[in-house]
Amino acid sequence: MTPLLTVQNLKVSFPTRTGLIEAVRGVNFTLGKERLGIVGESGSGKSQTGRAIMGLTPGHAKITADTLSFGDTDLLTISKRERRSLRGKKIAMILQDPKYSLNPVMPIGRQIMETLQTHERLSNAETRARALAMLEAVQISDPERVFDLYPHEVSGGMGQRVMIAMMLVCGPELLIADEPTSALDVTVQLEVLGILDKLVSERGMGLIFISHDLRLVSSFCDRVLVMYAGRVVEELPASRLSEAQHPYTRGLLNCLPQINSDRHPLPVLERQAEWAL
Amino acid sequence: MTVPALSIRDMLVSFNGFRALDEVSLDIAEGESFGIVGESGSGKSTLLRAVAGLNRFDSGTLTVNGRSFTGHKRDHEFYRTVQMVFQDPYGSLHPRQTVDKLLLEPLAIHGFTDTETRIARALDEVGLGTGFRFRFSHQLSGGQRQRIAIARALIVEPKILLLDEPTSALDASIQAEILNLLEQARRDRGLTFVMVSHDLAVISHMCERLAVMKTGKVVEALDVAQLRSREFSTDYTRQLMVASEGFVREA
Repeated sequence: MTPLLTVQNLKVSFPTRTGLIEAVRGVNFTLGKERLGIVGESGSGKSQTGRAIMGLTPGHAKITADTLSFGDTDLLTISKRERRSLRGKKIAMILQDPKYSLNPVMPIGRQIMETLQTHERLSNAETRARALAMLEAVQISDPERVFDLYPHEVSGGMGQRVMIAMMLVCGPELLIADEPTSALDVTVQLEVLGILDKLVSERGMGLIFISHDLRLVSSFCDRVLVMYAGRVVEELPASRLSEAQHPYTRGLLNCLPQINSDRHPLPVLERQAEWAL
Repeated sequence: MTVPALSIRDMLVSFNGFRALDEVSLDIAEGESFGIVGESGSGKSTLLRAVAGLNRFDSGTLTVNGRSFTGHKRDHEFYRTVQMVFQDPYGSLHPRQTVDKLLLEPLAIHGFTDTETRIARALDEVGLGTGFRFRFSHQLSGGQRQRIAIARALIVEPKILLLDEPTSALDASIQAEILNLLEQARRDRGLTFVMVSHDLAVISHMCERLAVMKTGKVVEALDVAQLRSREFSTDYTRQLMVASEGFVREA
């Protein structure tokens, strides 16, 4: 059986005035119907990996890979038109901050309907019904009311739920979530993750969860990739995070303050040049 | 009890009738590190800003080292005692001033004369060499910017430092460095900290006592030992505690 997504030796680089910046330098992984976490600090290339899969890398960037395929489709060679038909329908992406990722001048319901109408031929009434059902699925208690609201009229947590609804309404096979809860309050965070978790397992999707928060990812995903300077330095089952081998992963875990322990000063991460090789 | 370094009594801040801060009272002793946790909209930043005079408060009293302040008027003497570090190091440094200029300004305002040595010392203290002195803030990383922001606050030798989410815009490894730096500065200078954060773990690491805020009110004040042994009375604190422990899948 072909896996949902195969990534082999993916490289993303940006030409700049001062030379070529290599954001992603040879990332390999395959994804089935599972929850995969990608963790790393800013600049580690985790978001660019997600964007390359989604086809959202800026035009001037160079993407190369031995294989970058979604099922049997080769994502490197498909036309823009085919890309568009995939994006939103088969592969969907949730972005960090609903304040910026929702269209501010279009009511929420119409944005969800727009996704559906782009990919499916449905009557207006059907589309509306599907959108409302989706809003209900993300546990919005009064979908009829929220349907006509603008994004600025809802809270951050509600906005992110709308974003999830919009992305899942076409029933994608692969969902990429790029820091889906970083902009939310801690208490709301868990609520949104709970909804996401339920929908992903009910609908049998593959999920790539990109985050800087190692602990959160390990409690949410099945498998975790740890990225540093554009490469995957360690891959491990989320349940065995405490047994991480790579000094970077261990350093990252170790430098977090913990409620139950008292360590002064906090251990800091000593970066070694060879990690980035 | 000795006279508190910072005393807030029934402070009320309202914006167009909305009570952002609803009669909050806090006493913070000299040399203490006091934490304030809560989610967005709980009024924690408003509290700090009202203390610093960045927004006015409508009623209540504010006493700093025995001197009372009202509204948003603060004198030079106040800012010699109280300085603030902001959340976003990308927004809190002037983009067209060099580090040197940034650090010179508070010195000029407060009439220091030995600026040369003070700037060098301040940079040294936050772990940046003099090589950083003539850089612009866009030439610095997030962690380095936050170090500059801390240097700028410490350069006038304040007694009280107001910290508004000083590490929430930073990576975990940089956060550890900044927290260590703040602790070091506090130890060396005997500073009083008032630190706002949404991260219970950061607060429990940095502070001895904390207040939990929700919708403009302090719902609970407790010390860190009580937090560690889970001795809290309100449901909201428990929720925050659960949330800080990560995602738990329902069976």
